[in-house]
Amino acid sequence: MLRREAGLLVFLGVALALASCGGGAETPAPSAEDQESPPPAATGAGTISGVINFSGTAPEAEPILMDAEAICAEQYPDGAFGETVVANSNGTLQNVFVYVKEGLPDQEWPVSSEGVLLDQSGCRYHPHVLGIQAGQTLIIRNSDGILHNIHPMPVVNRPFNLGQPVEMDSEKSFATPEVMIPVECDVHDWMLGYIGVLSHPFFAVSGSDGSFSISGLPAGNYVVEAWHELYGTQTISVSVAEGGTEQIEFTYAGS
Amino acid sequence: MGGLVPGISTIAAPIDRLFTVVLIVTGVAFFLVEGILITFLVRYRHRTDRRATFIHGNRTVEVTWTLVPGLMLFGLAIFQYGTWRQAKIAFPDESRAQLVGVSANQFEWNATYPGADGQLGTPDDLAAPINVLHFPVGVPVIIELQSTDVIHSFFIPVLRVKQDAVPGRPVSVWFEATQSGQHELACAELCGLGHYRMRGQVTFEAPEDFEAWLVELAARQAGG
Amino acid sequence: MSGTTELSFIRRYVFSTDHKVIGRQFLFTALAFFTLGGTLAMLMRTQLAWPWQEIPFLGKLLYGNSGNILAPEAYPALVTMHGTIMIFFFIIPILSGAFGNFLIPLMIGARDMAFPRLNLLSYWVMVPAFLVMLSSFFVATGTAAAGWTSYVPLSALPDMIPGSEAGQTLWVISLMLVGTSSLMGAINYITTIVMLRAPGMDMFRLPMTIWALFVTAILVTFATPVLTAALILLLLERSIGTLFFTVGAGGQAILWQHLFWFYSHPAVYIMILPAMGIASDVISTFSRKPLFGYKPMVYAIMAIAGLGFIVWGHHMFVSGMNPLLGMTFMTSTMMIALPSAIKTFNWLGTLWRGDLHLTAPMLNALAFVSTFVIGGLSGVYTAATPVDIFLHDTYWIVGHIHYVLFGGSVFGVFAAVQYWFPKMFGRMMNDAWGKIHFGLTFVSFNLVFIPMFILGAYGMPRRIADPYQYDMFAPLQGLNQFMTISLYVLALTQVFFFVNVFYSLVRGKAAPSNPWQANTLEWTVSSPPPHENFDEVPTVYRGPYEYSSPLVAEDWLPQDRFVDGARPPSVPERPYPAASPASD
Repeated sequence: MLRREAGLLVFLGVALALASCGGGAETPAPSAEDQESPPPAATGAGTISGVINFSGTAPEAEPILMDAEAICAEQYPDGAFGETVVANSNGTLQNVFVYVKEGLPDQEWPVSSEGVLLDQSGCRYHPHVLGIQAGQTLIIRNSDGILHNIHPMPVVNRPFNLGQPVEMDSEKSFATPEVMIPVECDVHDWMLGYIGVLSHPFFAVSGSDGSFSISGLPAGNYVVEAWHELYGTQTISVSVAEGGTEQIEFTYAGS
Repeated sequence: MGGLVPGISTIAAPIDRLFTVVLIVTGVAFFLVEGILITFLVRYRHRTDRRATFIHGNRTVEVTWTLVPGLMLFGLAIFQYGTWRQAKIAFPDESRAQLVGVSANQFEWNATYPGADGQLGTPDDLAAPINVLHFPVGVPVIIELQSTDVIHSFFIPVLRVKQDAVPGRPVSVWFEATQSGQHELACAELCGLGHYRMRGQVTFEAPEDFEAWLVELAARQAGG
Repeated sequence: MSGTTELSFIRRYVFSTDHKVIGRQFLFTALAFFTLGGTLAMLMRTQLAWPWQEIPFLGKLLYGNSGNILAPEAYPALVTMHGTIMIFFFIIPILSGAFGNFLIPLMIGARDMAFPRLNLLSYWVMVPAFLVMLSSFFVATGTAAAGWTSYVPLSALPDMIPGSEAGQTLWVISLMLVGTSSLMGAINYITTIVMLRAPGMDMFRLPMTIWALFVTAILVTFATPVLTAALILLLLERSIGTLFFTVGAGGQAILWQHLFWFYSHPAVYIMILPAMGIASDVISTFSRKPLFGYKPMVYAIMAIAGLGFIVWGHHMFVSGMNPLLGMTFMTSTMMIALPSAIKTFNWLGTLWRGDLHLTAPMLNALAFVSTFVIGGLSGVYTAATPVDIFLHDTYWIVGHIHYVLFGGSVFGVFAAVQYWFPKMFGRMMNDAWGKIHFGLTFVSFNLVFIPMFILGAYGMPRRIADPYQYDMFAPLQGLNQFMTISLYVLALTQVFFFVNVFYSLVRGKAAPSNPWQANTLEWTVSSPPPHENFDEVPTVYRGPYEYSSPLVAEDWLPQDRFVDGARPPSVPERPYPAASPASD
């Protein structure tokens, strides 16, 4: 008889164990203060900067028909267009994610306690491409006041799908480096963004003048990669002296 | 239903009539049963000078209240076959209908219209903006409904039309609108976190205006 | 080894094979889940009244991660868990588990169930089911959120809604355990009722509660395995990538619906039939009058169960299923209204020329009848296939189901608890409080749920977190607010019931063995009954409803009382086992 009761207790124990391996409750995004060991000082004063050249012609931007979303449509009196290729007037390319791929010393890089903002405004992601450190807080903002859902499709990180029905901020983070994570909104199919998650802070996104700058680098030999959502990746090797500045240029060609 | 939501399709009136028939039948039954219940509660409340009647049943009464409702219910079912056929089985001839493709996915309705070749699924098809649909009035419309991800349901209350959109299994649904106007399309099958806002803006318009809109679509698609 | 050995506390109150203890265990667990399911409903309705507003108290606790407001992915999760908990952890366990267990041996004159250890298991298998389901509230991606109906692909593909990640798997596992428990109970009930009736207790002398539980158990036996099969398919689809439901690989999304509804339609009869049986017993007792049309009532229960297996397609009229099936399922669905109607008329017939004592149990039983009628009549609209094109998946359905489930089953539960509480616990509940609870519940219940038919007639769909995003539904917010406030009142009213239950448990007046002067066998033993129910196995001489019989001066005549002129007991078909069933 005791055996029967013991058997039942084992069964319950197994069930409880099964039940509890569903994962813990939501934990807040860790910030730099939460890290256990005092981080090594942000080393180095070297800089890698440069420009993303763009030769040829960009494909014609697809028009986005926002008719059914009046709040957004009215923000584009001249029409809204896709952001797959945004060529600047000075022959450079915007929205290229540039980061140090190889060559960094193997260490823990301190994570800034400041979050990175991803704003949904006018039914677009601002910025279209962003970089963030693993463990850093991503502040997702809905500035439109209508339903957006942030649906990143990571391969390595844990996916999430967050609805924001009104103007609000939500905080999330990614635990593992991953280049690049597409982000989409299921309510507005045309919304597309990209997030690059790295273990270190040495990344940048080319702006409206096509330039980028990565600073605070220790001296070393690095491989820098540029990523574009349509034109793919390119790498350049560069050596940075202590406190030195190196200029590099990537060139993408349109058709 | 007709009193609350206008019906602007050829199937609306028959459906609303059926609703009214059921309303009358169930209304009578409701007042009868509840009325008798309340009457008995009052009339047969415990009084010390009365004993309940010792009776186990009555065969005649039993047979009557089995046969009469039974025949009514059966009749009610058969009576509706015609309208159901009209709504879901007897499709109009494709040659005189406007074909529209509607693809549902989280959380939008994507309408496609045949281009100059009059066929759906060809390169000259016209794609309406997300969540925007137009239909001509007075012309049968046959929608080929599909879903790309989960089950959604195409529901336009004023048309009295509803059909689940099932992934990988195109289903046809038809209607004929009788009045112009701006109305809404709702998703009627839980499809995710945006289910509550899967809202289509539907315009019913005269055939000429509808054609003009198609021309505009084509221009937008070509010109960008 | 019966009665003489002193059992440990654990053996008497925790791991007991005594059907009465198991019945009480089911009772309290189910009532606890009633409050959880009700809380979820209040959160839902708060959202429907004031969408995306910060929820007082609970908002910070539950939804701190989304700014103290309900997130769009949380609303479907609430809807799903409300339905799942109310159906599988409240109504079915309380009607079949609690009252089935407690009453069957007592009412048929047996000392315990045919399989007492199986009975113990049937409760304790529910415990991991509870734990697994409750654990899904604590996973990061949240509980299952595809509706209690869990349609695929939404429930099969994890990235379609957060709840379809771990939460959905836990839901599936939990329900497989629930199904196991149900089957164990059903096998036990059927065997007990067929084999262990006291001498003279012919099948047609059984109280309606037992008939209802018996037919319900048969429904469970035939329907539950289909749900279990569906759950297994879903689990495999989610875990090892089978393709049963995946189109393009030869699967069918609609397959899930057929399998699910093949069980879930009989399931709704599993939820209502015991309440119907209970209503018959309570109404007869407090009308002091035989049940009108006993045999027709029994046949009606059988007809409901039988027809219940051939109507499942009425949940699928617009699913993409072959429309010809719309006509066949409409016909069978219309016909299933008939046996319920017959039962209603027979209840009225029982009241007719009765001597009505409007005690709290009686009032709740009458509430059952009146609201069940509304529920049933509202179903005729949805059975009408062309009309269902409009009403399907709207609030009309929500109104319909709550009238039959709350109006029906839950009022039945309130009647049953107050009627059998004295027998279960040896104390009387407070009848005055019971009447207040009835009155307030009846009024506020109707105020919450009648407007749902209006919402449905406007076409307002169900499971929509913010209907006012649609211009066509924006005018309905006021009505929704009224319904929500009525729900708060309904919820508060239940305090009367729970306080009554718990206060009476400790301070209720001691109950005599037969406070209601009722005829059935459970009232012939002490309140509560001794461990093996009957010191001497009773002999049954008559049916259960011989109230106001001319044979005696009193207005009641127990089944086991011999009276000159009474029909002698018929010879039992098989000898009653002299020893009690093996218990330890």
